Amino acid sequence: MYRLKITDHIILLLGVFVMMAPVVVAFFTSTHEAAEIHRNGLTLRWGNHFVETYNAVLNREGGFTGQVTGMRMLMNSLILGIGFAVGKIVLSMLAAYAIVYFRFRLGTLFFWMIFTTLLLPLEVRILPSYEVMHQLHLINTYTGLIVPLLASATGTFFFRQFFKSIPDELLEAARIDGAGPIKFFFDVIVPLSKTMVAAIFIIMFVYGWNQYLWPMLMTNDESFYTLVRGIKQILLVWVGAQIPDYNEAFAIAILAMLPPVIIVVVFQRWFIKGLTESDK
Amino acid sequence: MKRVQFSSPTLPYLFLLPQMAVIFIFFYWPSVQAVKSSFFLEDPFGFGSSFVGFDNYKGILESAEYRSIAGFTAIFTALVTFFSLSLGLLLAVKADAVIRGSSAYKTVLISVYAIAPPVAGLIGMMFFDQHIGPFVRFAALFGWDMKIGLNYFDTAFAMVVVSVWKQIPYNFIFFLSGLQGIPVSVREAAALDCRSGFRRFWTVILPLLAPTAFFLFVINVTYSLFDTFGIVDVMVKDKAANNPITLVYKVYMDGFRGNDLGGSSAQSVILMIVVFVLTVFQFRFLERRVHYN
Repeated sequence: MYRLKITDHIILLLGVFVMMAPVVVAFFTSTHEAAEIHRNGLTLRWGNHFVETYNAVLNREGGFTGQVTGMRMLMNSLILGIGFAVGKIVLSMLAAYAIVYFRFRLGTLFFWMIFTTLLLPLEVRILPSYEVMHQLHLINTYTGLIVPLLASATGTFFFRQFFKSIPDELLEAARIDGAGPIKFFFDVIVPLSKTMVAAIFIIMFVYGWNQYLWPMLMTNDESFYTLVRGIKQILLVWVGAQIPDYNEAFAIAILAMLPPVIIVVVFQRWFIKGLTESDK
Repeated sequence: MKRVQFSSPTLPYLFLLPQMAVIFIFFYWPSVQAVKSSFFLEDPFGFGSSFVGFDNYKGILESAEYRSIAGFTAIFTALVTFFSLSLGLLLAVKADAVIRGSSAYKTVLISVYAIAPPVAGLIGMMFFDQHIGPFVRFAALFGWDMKIGLNYFDTAFAMVVVSVWKQIPYNFIFFLSGLQGIPVSVREAAALDCRSGFRRFWTVILPLLAPTAFFLFVINVTYSLFDTFGIVDVMVKDKAANNPITLVYKVYMDGFRGNDLGGSSAQSVILMIVVFVLTVFQFRFLERRVHYN
């Protein structure tokens, strides 16, 4: 029933072109000088200023304070991505374990309280969230950047789903052998969850790395800027510039997308598994 | 739930403590705060606030500006959802049909998923740039003088294009995994009964994909309403004056630029209600009308 169909390939190639061309063009253009880009427009030719531009973006001390470098922003992005992913995994594994494996009075209530967080995305409660962070003195801290983002139930549901699929026999056997809840968690549940943890780590890392609105509100000290947050700054400088730094803007865009894209492509199978199984 | 469970007076609470603490401080507290301050008028200089009942809500719902933003948000959401769903589905069906190169196509198509909305917005801005943008030059060939950031319609057009581009990979991943979950036996039976590939798709494959499509519909609406913030922000660059913006952007503008705590909170609460209705809709109404196997 399978035949080589030319139209299928044409449509797919068109799709690939539409999805990838902007990224490829952005990369090639970033290797030219700003004035050249201004004159000739976007390009698909290699421009010989690759090292220069990327070195400037990563190492030049810029911003209003003259102290923030691209390296620093890269590091902040990593801290946000990894911190968020690890925090999410720890919090939601513990909570899901309690909900699935314990019989206790307030279990259902807690479950619904966690479930409710799915109803309201962070974007609809930004101002009051900001006020709360202000009162807690968490503006311009990594805690303020990461922890509030953890207040959602996505990970908990993912692990709850997974724990429910673990056969009951394991728990029965463990109990006959005299294992308590803590031993069971570390000796059985954690090793069994390895693949799931990897999958959710990738999704959460990408999610954390790509945060924009929250870092924008939480940080006005440039030493806490992430790469994605830094894009806003670039655009603000643009207003009024004679020839905008197109090359550096493209370079920042490439740097900001590279780590998550690499992770998604390399760990593709885990990523798709985690994504399609957790959200359903 | 499990047939056998542990019981312990303290352990489950201990395991739940970190998650519940975070949710209470960073979810329930701000949410309650939002509802509360939506009934107050804050003094702009910070000298207390006075209870005004539903005045904030009335002010918003009566404002022509808010209505036109709501109208734009609705159209924007409809367009983005429709195009990203249909293009994602088209590519998934084709990627499912070909044997050769299918994993290469897949890898390339999903990679854009990892790009942050504002980064997508930045790249989009360049392609629609007045001086260097190829799209602007292309449109000029047809006599369309595109002015992103100045002309309302042009900016809206660019926002829709970038938002759709960014969302296609997500829909592609889910449709493809949905398609691959359809048993070969079903496809073979359908192939025996019906020779037209297009009709087979409409009558057999699409109904089987309905749960995925339905799930994606809700996700895409939420994406268009909220996650496009980064794209909108990069494209209008804080100058909302003549530009199309979404409701979430308006909450941000009024709250952080306009310092209108009460108005912004009331808008937040209105959005909360929208999301809430959407979720109830998801569980109650639409789920009944899709087939499950």
